[in-house]
Amino acid sequence: MSAATVYVPADSSARAVGADEVADAIAAEAARRGIALRIVRNGSRGLAWLEPLVECATPSGRIGFGPVRTQDVAALFDAGFPNAARHALAMGPVDELPYLKSQQRLTFARIGLTDPLSVDDYVAHEGFAGLRRALAMQPEAIVNEVIESGLRGRGGAAFPTGIKWQTAMRAAAAPKYVVCNADEGDSGTFADRLVMESDPLMLIEGMTIAGLAIGAELGYVYVRSEYPDSVRQLEQAAQAARVAGYLGRDILGSGRGFDIEVRMGAGSYVCGEETAMLESLEGRRGVVRAKPPLPAIKGLFGQPSAINNVVTLATVPIILARGASFYKNFGVGRSRGTLTVQLAGNVRHGGLIEVAFGVTLRDLLEKWGGGTASGRPVRAIQVGGPLGTYVSPSHWNTPLDYEAYAKFGGVVGHGGVVVHDDTVDLAKMARFAMHFCALESCGKCTPCRIGATRGVEVIDRIMAGQNVPAQIALLRDLCDTMVSGSLCAMGGMTPFPVLSALDNYPEDFQKGLDHASRRNPQKPAAVA
Amino acid sequence: MSGVATADIQSAVARALEHHRARQGALLPVLHDVQHELGYIPPESIEAIARGLNLSRAEVHGVITYYAHFRQQAPARHVIQLCQAEACQSMGAEALATHAQAKLGCAMHSTTQDGRFALEPVYCLGLCASSPSMMIGERVHARVTPERFDQLVGALDPATPSGATT
Repeated sequence: MSAATVYVPADSSARAVGADEVADAIAAEAARRGIALRIVRNGSRGLAWLEPLVECATPSGRIGFGPVRTQDVAALFDAGFPNAARHALAMGPVDELPYLKSQQRLTFARIGLTDPLSVDDYVAHEGFAGLRRALAMQPEAIVNEVIESGLRGRGGAAFPTGIKWQTAMRAAAAPKYVVCNADEGDSGTFADRLVMESDPLMLIEGMTIAGLAIGAELGYVYVRSEYPDSVRQLEQAAQAARVAGYLGRDILGSGRGFDIEVRMGAGSYVCGEETAMLESLEGRRGVVRAKPPLPAIKGLFGQPSAINNVVTLATVPIILARGASFYKNFGVGRSRGTLTVQLAGNVRHGGLIEVAFGVTLRDLLEKWGGGTASGRPVRAIQVGGPLGTYVSPSHWNTPLDYEAYAKFGGVVGHGGVVVHDDTVDLAKMARFAMHFCALESCGKCTPCRIGATRGVEVIDRIMAGQNVPAQIALLRDLCDTMVSGSLCAMGGMTPFPVLSALDNYPEDFQKGLDHASRRNPQKPAAVA
Repeated sequence: MSGVATADIQSAVARALEHHRARQGALLPVLHDVQHELGYIPPESIEAIARGLNLSRAEVHGVITYYAHFRQQAPARHVIQLCQAEACQSMGAEALATHAQAKLGCAMHSTTQDGRFALEPVYCLGLCASSPSMMIGERVHARVTPERFDQLVGALDPATPSGATT
């Protein structure tokens, strides 16, 4: 009898809750009982609350157990593990879990199924099919396919990817570069990290296709230093791809060459802004550049560069493999394809939810989230990262679609959704947004550098109940200056969470007033 | 906490330069290597790095001081980074930070007197669906309760450093 196969994820979302120890415990317990096992360290399925999610291969598909702790392992074996076991942690067939089954996983179709570093596994699951097709195409045809698919930048700005590539393709200078922005600094987002750790070959394939399209032979991946596991995983995956002939001077005997270099950031949030990232890659302080010139024409080292986010590039292989019209058929309006929602924060069932554009926050909370982790009512939801708005409950039924969100001043951004329960203080969150901007501002433009610090001071006065109406007017004025006068999204969008907190939760900005008037009952502090 | 011998600094810088000099924009990779090897970037190394990459000392100093990740003093044996970003805040990151500071007897951004632990804030470890999270050396931990924090810190070897963040 051949050894049974057991999967224990090695993604950091699983390792952070003990997956390595669980894998060791399973191996030890199997050895003790004389059971032959093959343990595969797969990627994560993105069902964070079930991690470590252990799976066993059975004739009727993979069955899951989770979340497994080391102390559960012996009992699992007692119940018949690795065969179908009756145990409190048994989840049944993983593919049938409603959380997964109700998704449309296109970009993340393979995630958690495969050993992320196995080229064979990748190829067996449609990997490199897009690259093979691209190798037989002219650059214009590749670019047109991406334009046709409607793919827009998933890093937050939602600029049409194919148009960006077209500009870089048409630029006459050489060399050109593909630059992957893997500086995923937004709280509430982890899709980039999942790609890099759980399906890194997909990113490598997407970058290679981008290289073929624009005429670049070198790509850089700029990964944040907070993700050391992603750096290691990408480097190993690139090496495996080189050995198998998918990267290097002569890709699959086509005579075309492409390779990648992984670079590590150093703890600067603003380096997620593309021009600051270019400065950092060039070895300087991550200070934002003024545009124009467009990076597609004069980007990295002054050369034409296609700069895309991880999920954007990771979506290119399936578009090339299945064709633009396949991808375009998902979605609504001008938001084509799928959105990778990252449901995070105070939520019972957090994780990665890839669905066609058009889903609502209410759906996400009810169909997937299962309420808050604390069991208290949901009070606020921030969409689109630290620079996104606290979406008013009146828009929780608005479809997540770039244009529908833009209409009410919201941003879909990278698809990060952070849930807060009713203990949240929105004045405090607004203060945090300003504080974070003050910490991370690159310092080049005044509205951001000085404005953020003044913003913290003004909100402090509001929270202390000093001259509240006048201070609120001042805060609005300051936000207006930051939105209109900042050089990049850091200063230009920090007012979004601040103003949305103020507009949708005004009562939280009056609390200081109550305290102040209680302290000083004769002299109401509300007088401006 | 003591500094590193001059000879060690020189050889670490030489190795990093050797490894990266041919690359374009080599400064960050060189600084990462030096910090990875020595635990920090000693001020004495700046001149050699600048000379090796044909930069001014001011340029190198400017880059080191711009990025939060680079440090100019030897780190504590165990650097504990607590995520303080929004998703972790929604799950009690602030209370966890208060607990950690009381438990270790040291404030955020500082090191315990015996040099064993340092507490630093970090803004997002990409584990936002399993908040709150933290990183000790290069090892990430999620769903961290105060009890779990005590267990993890209690299990750290007092003598062996947690892997330096590269």
